[in-house]
Amino acid sequence: MKYIDEFRDPDSARKLVKQIHHLTDRVLARRSAAGNPMPLQIMEFCGGHTHTIFRYGIEQLLPEGIELVHGPGCPVCVLPRERVDDAIALAKHPQVIFTTFGDAMRVPGSQQSLLQAKADGADIRMVYSPLDGLTLAQQNPDREVIFFALGFETTMPSTALTLLQAHKAGITNFTLFCHHVTTVPTLDLILNEPGLALDGLLAPGHVSMVIGEAPFQFVARQYHKPLVISGFEPLDILQSLTMLLLQLQAGRREVENQYQRVVQKQGNRPGQQAIATVFDCHDPHRVRIRADWAHYDAERKFSVTDAAADTALNFDKPAFNSPTDCRCEDVLKGLVRPWQCRHFGELCTPQTPLGALMVSSEGACAAYYQYSDVQALKIKQEQSFKQKPTPDVVT
Amino acid sequence: MNADGPLQKITLAHGSGGKAMDDLIRDVFIRAFGPHSAALHTTGLNSITLEDQARLDLAALQQQGNRLAFTTDCYVVHPLFFPGGDIGKLAVTGTVNDLAVGGAKPLYLSCGFILEEGLPIDTLKKVVCSMQQTAEAAGVSIVTGDTKVVPKGSCDKLFINTAGVGVIAAGVNISAAAAQPGDAILINGYLGDHGAAVLDARGELALHNTIESDCQPLGDLVQAMLAACPDIHCLRDVTRGGLAGVLNEFAQASDCCIEIEETRLPIRTEVRGMCEILGLDPLYLANEGKLACVAPAHAAEKLLQVMQSHPAGRHSAIIGRVKATSEVVARTVSKPRVLMTTGFGSQRMIDRLVGEPLPRIC
Repeated sequence: MKYIDEFRDPDSARKLVKQIHHLTDRVLARRSAAGNPMPLQIMEFCGGHTHTIFRYGIEQLLPEGIELVHGPGCPVCVLPRERVDDAIALAKHPQVIFTTFGDAMRVPGSQQSLLQAKADGADIRMVYSPLDGLTLAQQNPDREVIFFALGFETTMPSTALTLLQAHKAGITNFTLFCHHVTTVPTLDLILNEPGLALDGLLAPGHVSMVIGEAPFQFVARQYHKPLVISGFEPLDILQSLTMLLLQLQAGRREVENQYQRVVQKQGNRPGQQAIATVFDCHDPHRVRIRADWAHYDAERKFSVTDAAADTALNFDKPAFNSPTDCRCEDVLKGLVRPWQCRHFGELCTPQTPLGALMVSSEGACAAYYQYSDVQALKIKQEQSFKQKPTPDVVT
Repeated sequence: MNADGPLQKITLAHGSGGKAMDDLIRDVFIRAFGPHSAALHTTGLNSITLEDQARLDLAALQQQGNRLAFTTDCYVVHPLFFPGGDIGKLAVTGTVNDLAVGGAKPLYLSCGFILEEGLPIDTLKKVVCSMQQTAEAAGVSIVTGDTKVVPKGSCDKLFINTAGVGVIAAGVNISAAAAQPGDAILINGYLGDHGAAVLDARGELALHNTIESDCQPLGDLVQAMLAACPDIHCLRDVTRGGLAGVLNEFAQASDCCIEIEETRLPIRTEVRGMCEILGLDPLYLANEGKLACVAPAHAAEKLLQVMQSHPAGRHSAIIGRVKATSEVVARTVSKPRVLMTTGFGSQRMIDRLVGEPLPRIC
């Protein structure tokens, strides 16, 4: 298939893998000589990258000296239980048709998921775009159609443009339940995490397509870490890793763009404009719909209790609170591996997820569960426990 | 009441056991299935007597084999009509294929209909006509049936159940537990066409493509395969849960590992493209005319030729082989598993489908 197979070519992959092994050896030799025997820790921030890494078995091609840390950049993984509870409360209103992307349906709330609420009779419909929600609103003028707006900057422009289109068409029975999240504050939280010593980051390609390169500069300047904006095909990931290693070898700490076929330096100006018109992003931990558009804000229109406001993007408060020894927070922060959580593959599976990381195929836990042998990982876990205890459970 | 006419709709009276139901049976079901129905005393449409059961000649069955195969399946699909098929075609091929992959020659089907009040009778006629055509093509007879009508809203337009019987010839022993290390894995053509066609036919994606369901009966293909290789070890129709589901069943039942190669999987470009856009995996998409076969390695090439020269297997391929679990790297696998070597050169595990395949956000 054109424009896809070129980026999955095994010969090119072999060359890049060889270069990665070579560079890793050199970087680690220097580190080791300086008294640091730890492997390189590289975080892929974005769930799309996590998905590619597992789907193409990239980890097994990499040298042991590179540890990939799977970051929180997956829209449903940063969806707290309380937010799902609010969504369900809205969806159960008899007047409401609640529309959502498919993979948000399985995320557990404190009592149930949207999928279970649907089985209970709530009118919840899976859509592929916010525009589908708007069309439903036009087709059902006597109902209130709510679209569950979630995701990072990748999905924010389409939400914003849909709202503007609703306004232009004078549609009054369409609102947004907004749980958008911005990348930079999330990245900032990760980089401030005391237990985490990342050597470099792969930055999300599609987010960058919207926001451009500039917002990532703080990673290089403030935190002195190299960062490469990466595409989503397996060769993109390998090339981005090579670029990171070249930076590490040369002692550079810069923002580089591997995904130049899509990401422009300045990003997508109309997309940024749409975001600025519709959303208020001043609170770094919470994206809101601007007051001018209050009548399109489901929370204002239906006065949701908003229990989740404080936990929207605060890793210190457990978003997933049952059972108490769930390690979602630590996995999300990259402090432990999914299989180091005692519930992984036991109580917590994609069929019965205890946390959002087990829901989407972009979530680290679901990816490990789907593409690895859980028993083999557990054996590995026992061995690693014998060698060194994992960090204490955060409660 | 006459069931003819374009605007006629199913009412609760059609299920009440009276004149309306008799008319419906005569005008729709007997008209389509009648000449083949073993429940009929006479074939004239105006002077029929229906018994409560089909009566099948045992001696004729015994001549064809030494075991009776008996299966049943229910069919619900939205929309009722989709590119390449409809619920009626599905209801016949599905049950025929369940019989066929056990090595049975499919012979007789029953059909049960749950009809929603308000269903246009024309729609029912189209479905029933499609069932009869498919049955003829598959060489089976629909010999008995039942109809119930439920109030509007109690079901989605039309549900069908079919049960089928067939005869297994002596010496044929197909089982999911019979795979041996070294065996070859074959499939009879493109994967995921049905799942992609139905998803597309729902019209929610606004994609424009030409994918048609692969819905087809496999009885004849299986008989040709058995003639070429009577020692087929495992055979399953690949339906819901996709190829991933069937191969996992084989691996677990046979206590071995299965390794497949991504580059050998026949998948249409359109289906691949749709999966790329939606974040779906063709290995988990439903099929309705595909089978997966495990056969001894020495017979694989001959079997492949036979399959490729049959209309239901033109795009057949050998996609992998069976391995002893101990042969597979212990680092990644602790028990019988399905593994795929990707076109990219790495290897990953293929698990069963978990939950509904839901498209990804971005």
